Amino acid sequence: MSAQSSNWDRRSIFRAAAGLAAAGTLAACGGNNGRGGSSGSGKNLVQYFHAYGEAGTEQAIKRYAKAYSKADVTTQWITGSNFESKLFASLLTDQAPDLFEFHPQIQLVKSGQVADLTDIIEPVKDDFNQADIKSHTVDGKIYGVRMIDDPQFFFYRKSLLEKAGIQPPTTLDELIEAAAKLTTSKVKGLFLGNDLHAVINPMIWSAGADTLDDKNQIAYHTDGVVEGLKKMRKLFTSGDLLLDAPADYWDPSALNQGLCAIQFCGMWAMPQFQQTLGDDLGIMPFPKVTDAGKPSVYNGGWSMFVNAKGKNVEAAKEYVKWLWIDQKKYQEDWATSYGFHIPPRTSIAQSATKLKSGLPAEGVKLFTEYGHFDNIGWTQAMITATENVFADCVRKGGDPEAALTKCDKTVNAELKKLFG
Amino acid sequence: MSTTTTRGLASPAPAEVTKPRPRRGLRGSRTFNFWLFISPFLLGLIVFVYIPIIWSAYLSFFEARFTVTPSDFVGLDNYRDIFSDTQFTGSLVTFTVFAAFIVPTTWAVSLGLALLVNRLRFMRAFYRSVFFLPTACSYVAASLIWKMSLFNGVRFGLANTVIGWFGVDNIAWLANPDPPWYWLVIITARLWLQSGFYMILFLAALQNIPQELYEAAAIDGAKPGWQTFRYITLPQLRATSTAVVLLLLVAAYQAFDEFFNLLSKTTWGRPPLVDLYYTALGQDQNYGKGSAGAMVLTVLICVVTLFQGKIMGFGRGDESR
Repeated sequence: MSAQSSNWDRRSIFRAAAGLAAAGTLAACGGNNGRGGSSGSGKNLVQYFHAYGEAGTEQAIKRYAKAYSKADVTTQWITGSNFESKLFASLLTDQAPDLFEFHPQIQLVKSGQVADLTDIIEPVKDDFNQADIKSHTVDGKIYGVRMIDDPQFFFYRKSLLEKAGIQPPTTLDELIEAAAKLTTSKVKGLFLGNDLHAVINPMIWSAGADTLDDKNQIAYHTDGVVEGLKKMRKLFTSGDLLLDAPADYWDPSALNQGLCAIQFCGMWAMPQFQQTLGDDLGIMPFPKVTDAGKPSVYNGGWSMFVNAKGKNVEAAKEYVKWLWIDQKKYQEDWATSYGFHIPPRTSIAQSATKLKSGLPAEGVKLFTEYGHFDNIGWTQAMITATENVFADCVRKGGDPEAALTKCDKTVNAELKKLFG
Repeated sequence: MSTTTTRGLASPAPAEVTKPRPRRGLRGSRTFNFWLFISPFLLGLIVFVYIPIIWSAYLSFFEARFTVTPSDFVGLDNYRDIFSDTQFTGSLVTFTVFAAFIVPTTWAVSLGLALLVNRLRFMRAFYRSVFFLPTACSYVAASLIWKMSLFNGVRFGLANTVIGWFGVDNIAWLANPDPPWYWLVIITARLWLQSGFYMILFLAALQNIPQELYEAAAIDGAKPGWQTFRYITLPQLRATSTAVVLLLLVAAYQAFDEFFNLLSKTTWGRPPLVDLYYTALGQDQNYGKGSAGAMVLTVLICVVTLFQGKIMGFGRGDESR
């Protein structure tokens, strides 16, 4: 290579680099960084949401935020499957969100991470589902505003069950049997999610046990739960379970694409199921595990919390009050226009016509009849501990008793830290 | 420092002097050039590598939950904690199994690819690029492709389609740990991502072997093929091989992305970094214990590297070739 050409090379590289730098700067100027420039009163709030799967949800949340005049609210839409670890990690930093959605967990209260919202909820307290108020209350103070309640249960294809000549199962044994009968070379009988973690709590409840009792002591370590774990292991190894599906349980794809006949999912996906399957769709709770048990439904959901360690606690509270207490129209839109969720406000639930008839009404019935709400004392560390139980003795062939004992150790350490 | 003075002098009459001055200044001062090119990298190294390492060492002696500026000194408690943590010690075992397999396999595959590409008469550049391209793919993207399309558990996953031709039932590659098919997924992903890069290193070394050696061997009656490979090529590649093994070993210690993405929410198949991630950044946010683990891991990597350099003679320069 001649000196000339190498010289030219160098120059062109410099030029290209300068061009890139300039383009980068331009892009940064023009980019919509969501801060919204100079409008509003100059207060900037940042809120964290996990990525909802339904189309239009992100736009909706941003639309509500834009309608608020007293502050610029930026939404961080957190994708990926580990929202909680991203949230917890960012709460430690200067970039912590001012408000975020999560589930009620007492360690956030004890560590002073979430602000007391009693004053904004108190005036409308009676309009809320009292179970939702209870699950957000510690020592008489309310720490979060419930936005939506999400019951989780089974969806099944009526036609496939009919063809196999079976009724919707009412016990775990029947469910295992049904899964076997429904499995063909093309279709698996049952889908519980790739890691099965979504059915941990329902299985505990359906075995007649609970996560914690009223005195915040371990209530899951019972013979019924051990029996349930053994049955789950049997189901896992039966070959009738759909595993490693490209989309997890919270997505309606598995049932909609004909990969399975029964899928564990949530009320949120009901519109998508109905759109694809029409009337060929039924729902049922998690069946009872033991004779002493009872069918159960996990009433999950999401609530808004204010970061008490943030810089704009008052402004964030004001925004939460404006949107999730005052703006009933947005609340109804959020609960029923995208996925189906049950509004925690009684007045909105009564006016939500979409949930009044047909399958959605059946979903509401399961919610009220078999539903178990969050227990604020059941924290992330304990959730992970029970997930490890499932990993160790359902997905791996470990001894359930030993796995539960290991879990007890973690949960007790956590309980001691929280309640002394 | 001298450059500052030059600039100061230049300022009174900028219009006249600017043109020749900077070129001379830049070309003339070797020290300036040295710092000009080194400093961005050095700065990055200090800020993103050295400071975190020192900070981590500091944290490892403190009770640091939910904070990186702790005040509660606990001495060696975190180290005691981490050594009695079966998850962490188990992760070291996991890693050892993983490294014992992935290091020789990648070494052999990339050497094999290099030999093949080196013998090509035409389209060499094409094949070189084709095998090198996966290096540019991120581990996260590759793991997602492996998880969601190649090795998913449904009937239309690529792997299940292929075994379906032979009448074998669908396999849940990742969800079911017995038998541990997940290793196949992890190993193939890593081989695909890494082999191309090390192939380039081997290719460069192969092209550096003097042709005369082969001619001399031919005259002495060595048969081309295995004999020349065993007695000429392989010894000539010793320095490169050592470097490659070393790099592979360090890379294996640092394994994170594909394990984290492919085996989320498991209690098995966790290399040390994944385990430390859950310790330090999980719901416990235990930075003290996490840092202690990181320190143990750092020491381990240093010891293994030095030991390996010792037996394989890395860093002894030309004499070792």
